[in-house]
Amino acid sequence: MGKLQRILALAVLAISPVLQSAYAETPQEKGRAIAEETDRRDLGWGDSDVVMSMILRNAEGESSVRELRLRSLEVPERGVGDKSITVFDKPRDIEGTAFLSHTKILDPDDQWLYLPALKRVKRISSKNKSGPFVGSEFAYEDLVSQEVDRYDYTWLRDENCGEAAPTMECFVVERTPLYEHSGYTKQVSWVDKQDYQPRKTEFYDRKDALLKTLLQLDYKQYQGQYWRTHRMDMTNHQTGKSTTLTFEDYSFKVGLSEGDFEKNRLKRVR
Amino acid sequence: MISGVRIAAAGLCLAAGALPALAKEPNIETSLELGMELRVFPNDPALGPQRDRAVSPSFYLEPEITADWNGGVDRLTLVPYARVDRDDDSRTHVDLREANWLHIGDGYDLVIGADKVFWGVTESRHLVDIVNQSDGVEDVDLEDKLGQPMVQLAVPSDLGTFSFFVMPYFRERTFPDADARLSSGVRVDDDAQYDSDAEEFHPDLAVRWSQVIGDFDVGLSHFHGTSREPRLLALDPANPSNLTPYYDQIDQTGLDLQYTTDAWLWKLEAIGRGGHGDYFPAAVAGFEYTLFGIRGSDMDLGFLAEYQYDGRDEDGSAPGTLANNDTFVGTRLTFNDVDDTSILAGAVVDNEDGSTLLSLEAERRIGDAWKVEAVARFFLNADSENGLTALERDDFVSLTLIRYF
Repeated sequence: MGKLQRILALAVLAISPVLQSAYAETPQEKGRAIAEETDRRDLGWGDSDVVMSMILRNAEGESSVRELRLRSLEVPERGVGDKSITVFDKPRDIEGTAFLSHTKILDPDDQWLYLPALKRVKRISSKNKSGPFVGSEFAYEDLVSQEVDRYDYTWLRDENCGEAAPTMECFVVERTPLYEHSGYTKQVSWVDKQDYQPRKTEFYDRKDALLKTLLQLDYKQYQGQYWRTHRMDMTNHQTGKSTTLTFEDYSFKVGLSEGDFEKNRLKRVR
Repeated sequence: MISGVRIAAAGLCLAAGALPALAKEPNIETSLELGMELRVFPNDPALGPQRDRAVSPSFYLEPEITADWNGGVDRLTLVPYARVDRDDDSRTHVDLREANWLHIGDGYDLVIGADKVFWGVTESRHLVDIVNQSDGVEDVDLEDKLGQPMVQLAVPSDLGTFSFFVMPYFRERTFPDADARLSSGVRVDDDAQYDSDAEEFHPDLAVRWSQVIGDFDVGLSHFHGTSREPRLLALDPANPSNLTPYYDQIDQTGLDLQYTTDAWLWKLEAIGRGGHGDYFPAAVAGFEYTLFGIRGSDMDLGFLAEYQYDGRDEDGSAPGTLANNDTFVGTRLTFNDVDDTSILAGAVVDNEDGSTLLSLEAERRIGDAWKVEAVARFFLNADSENGLTALERDDFVSLTLIRYF
């Protein structure tokens, strides 16, 4: 191959996801290509550390606060999910409690819980994907890493991103969970065309009724590449409860490795 | 002059740059847990010396001070503990739950000082867990532990984590005062006797390997040293209810295994112990099965069952146990609400004589800094030959209000 041909071939390769989405024959292929592109743009983030706070509100307007820290590790192999440790700082009675998750694609995740009062690490069942995370409107499955192959996709239409990003155009993509024990029949997400980030997601319950809406706001870009939301508003339409999850600035590539996400290190985490 | 200003400015900048780092390290955190407890004993005591108090108040304090530096790889932890009980002089006590230095090295971590270590998987009995002595005055379930002085080295590897323990000082078990409830009417002497001439200074050793293999969590351990369980000897002919604790030298090998699949947790703990009469095996095996999101709600309902077997001699050469051939059944209701409400109810039934310990534990948070815990224990149908019989009239309900500062 001549030099020019090689450059051309490389250029075609580089824009092929865009071409795929532009020329996808079916809405299914187009929907998947959008998810692949979101995933591709996030490759290589390595590991990260972030401080989060959660405000839980009930229908009467009473609120309760959680403070937690999330450490995450990217596992580059396509067939293996990412790993994360969540450590709770507030409320005080669960301070130091830590939750370790090894995400799988379709198999059940491996999960452990560290209870500091007893110094006990318990392996727990991960069947509880649809259960509330610390009493919030987020389910476990809403917070684990969003691996592409966990869902089937269908592109529905293009439209303005709406309230979460009124100046942007979005792909509207329906996705159905392929993993077992999901609480949802489907999710409809609005993914912006510029950065391929989810801006809004609607969750439909097992009876296919609209259950929750998630707005992902305050995106910031790190290291010139990785976009992260800094505010997630989850509203439950059936109970009137809502949860706001906010993130302080992320630290990337802080030097975490597989060894930091082993069960036996959980009791050393702070 | 100008250069002087520049240098001063540069110096200030440097100082300013260095200041936040200085201010952060060591990173010191302090907290305090304060608990107020009421124990209600609905029945009159069975045994003469026991005080007849229907309501026993007590409170406890547990401060925690931690300091870490070098980016968190070095950490000092200090957790003193004190309880004051109006009706049990032995329950009024202090302890150092933790006082240690942790260093997370490259490929190892090291703890020097008093610490707490838990091994095991089952719920109704903790057979394998042997590092820490039980703080027996806290609750009859023996789940509260005294701080154990130790040097602990843990080395993680692809083949699992290997941990080594040297425990240079032994802690005696605590027992309720003879005239308090739940004492079984006996006075356990403060002056313990030991198998080892070194007494409480016998250096105890332990090693443990633990690994996750797919859906299996496995631990293998061996302990060589002073038994945490004493034999209680009646050495005082004038008063047979005066007992002397005797701590034998033992060797105990332990296995703990959990298989996690779907909503099932299958659990096994097994030990073999030498030094208490004939070498004997003991085991606890069972499961926990959880129904998640019952009836479309957020609540989880768990069912637990465990069988307890213990093959130790019953001729006095080994400490007595209630768990020689018993069955535990229980249920756990987790509300998954904002207040983390949960209830665990269970019964341990002696398969031979039907003696039953009924337990209920419930807790919920109140606001952001308070929590309430309720514990009820009932001793039912106790056979006259069973150890429970001495507790038969000591059924109790305890309510604890905890404030976190």
